[in-house]
Amino acid sequence: MQHLPILPIVIPLLAGVLLLLPPLCHSLPRQRVVAVAVNLALIVTTIALLQRTQLEGAITYALGDWPSPFGIVLVADRISALLTLLTSLLSLGALLYACAGDDKNGMYFHPLFMFQLMGVNGAFLTGDIFNLFVFFEVLLIASYALLIHGGGKQKTRAAVHYVIINLVGSCLFLFALGTLYGVLGTLNIADMAAKATLLGPDEQPLAKAGGLLLLAVFGLKAALLPFYFWLPRSYSSASAPVAALFAIMTKVGAYSILRIHTTIFGAGAGALAEIATPWLQPLALLTLIIGSIGALASPSLRTLTANLTLVSMGILLTAIALQRADATAAALYYTIHTTLITGALFLLADMIGRQRGKAEDRFVASRRMQRPVALGVAFIIAAVAVTGAPPLSGFVGKVLLLQATEGPVETGLIWPFVLISGLAAIIALSRAGSSLFWRHSEDAPVAEPTPALRIVAVYLLLAASPLLVVFGGPVTEFTDAAATQLHDSAALTGMMQQGGS
Amino acid sequence: MEGVYAFCVGLLTACGVFLCLRGRTFSVVLGLTLLSYAVNLFLFASGRLTLYGVAVLGSSEKYGDPLPQALVLTAIVIGFAMTAFLVILAMRSRADLGNDHVDGRIPSEPSMVQRRTGRKG
Repeated sequence: MQHLPILPIVIPLLAGVLLLLPPLCHSLPRQRVVAVAVNLALIVTTIALLQRTQLEGAITYALGDWPSPFGIVLVADRISALLTLLTSLLSLGALLYACAGDDKNGMYFHPLFMFQLMGVNGAFLTGDIFNLFVFFEVLLIASYALLIHGGGKQKTRAAVHYVIINLVGSCLFLFALGTLYGVLGTLNIADMAAKATLLGPDEQPLAKAGGLLLLAVFGLKAALLPFYFWLPRSYSSASAPVAALFAIMTKVGAYSILRIHTTIFGAGAGALAEIATPWLQPLALLTLIIGSIGALASPSLRTLTANLTLVSMGILLTAIALQRADATAAALYYTIHTTLITGALFLLADMIGRQRGKAEDRFVASRRMQRPVALGVAFIIAAVAVTGAPPLSGFVGKVLLLQATEGPVETGLIWPFVLISGLAAIIALSRAGSSLFWRHSEDAPVAEPTPALRIVAVYLLLAASPLLVVFGGPVTEFTDAAATQLHDSAALTGMMQQGGS
Repeated sequence: MEGVYAFCVGLLTACGVFLCLRGRTFSVVLGLTLLSYAVNLFLFASGRLTLYGVAVLGSSEKYGDPLPQALVLTAIVIGFAMTAFLVILAMRSRADLGNDHVDGRIPSEPSMVQRRTGRKG
């Protein structure tokens, strides 16, 4: 399977095109079957990719067989393989949920969903920074269309902000690329890492400006503090499966920060080493606080979930900013946990909202729900996991991060922030749960029953949390290996420069 | 040449940023267009400016860097698509929300200028 690294990009691309063609485009049931089948195929492919990276380390795939610094390469190392697998697992949950009825509200849900998957997988697999930009645009344009899928005033209003801010972000991305290309003369990530160490003192400020501009762009995608304002509104107004899929999009930003600022501007970059840390660390901690305040002030379960996404991004970026292998391993474990659980929470919020009539998912007394047990159990699992209370995966992820801090300064700074944000999340979620499930009027439940498929989708995603604890050993071993591989920049640079496979 | 070029890119960027910060979707679209022109010129210059440089090896003594040209082409195509999407979205939001403000509603409190001249908004 020489072509394995490109399959996670090609499969959704072809599927998206097929879904637009005659035998499939007029029949929603057929589209559903094909989309779910493709998603299962993606899971199998990414598992195979994961196995191969586990055996061989990083795989490079030279497109058109052009040698590496000149042609475009895809690089699948352990981190990218892990994240593509995570994407396909999350998308399976979101897709199953959408098949229960959300894909009827507008046109072309399934093709757009596939193109979005293609963009996300491409962004994880590319070894070339300009292609990172191209895949960002692919995933963004699919997300613009998905965000307003189904229409409505709320969605249009949120989409205007979201599209404009992302277009400005894309312009900044290109400015940063131009600066870095002008200084380094290459856009291949490994080659840039090699050239960054050789820069003269008069070129370093330019490279630093380019690197920090990139941090701003990725910070925008990752909803870092000054750039997070678009997130709560757009995530809470998107339809549920789309919001669940968007849970991976902020992680694309975090992944790009990790990739660029560890490989190119990592510890081995001489004068340019770790230029991001003085910015990233305080901003990540402040994001954590802002997210917690937002969570406490949220009027509805969706807004609460969107703010909890912010909190999780704060924790994730704090771990990335530590720039050490064990902290990165903790970040990876936490990424798996938080992506799947946040996705599940978005779906759950939608399911609860549908049962409560006009009150939707706002925290006010309303009529009783049907299936309170199934929904309540799902809610309590999600809440325990997302707040980081034992025994579920959020706890393990936070413990790994807290263990990775070294010295009194880091410990004194990070522990209180992380623990207090956990407390805030517990308060917010217990308020949410008690008002949603316990405070209800005596009206009869709304007639609309919940399709079993929706519940299955939510439980599928929620199952990740106990599984991540049960299989914590193998998972942490893998994330450790992945983080070590990323931080061992010399070996990675050599591997990526060989090109061809 | 470099000075004039840099000035043009800077001016385009400044105008683009100014228009992007306006409240109406139309000026924001214009601002983003100007920004993307600035970006394209900037990318083009990142391979160094040369006169009479051909991108094909062997056809002239000096040769221009072909990579920025490829990048600019890609960026132009993507920029066009995105601008087209934004224009349609702006029209849709004008139809859905009844006005062309980016927030979806005209702010009610009087602006600074109106306050200074004493008129009500």
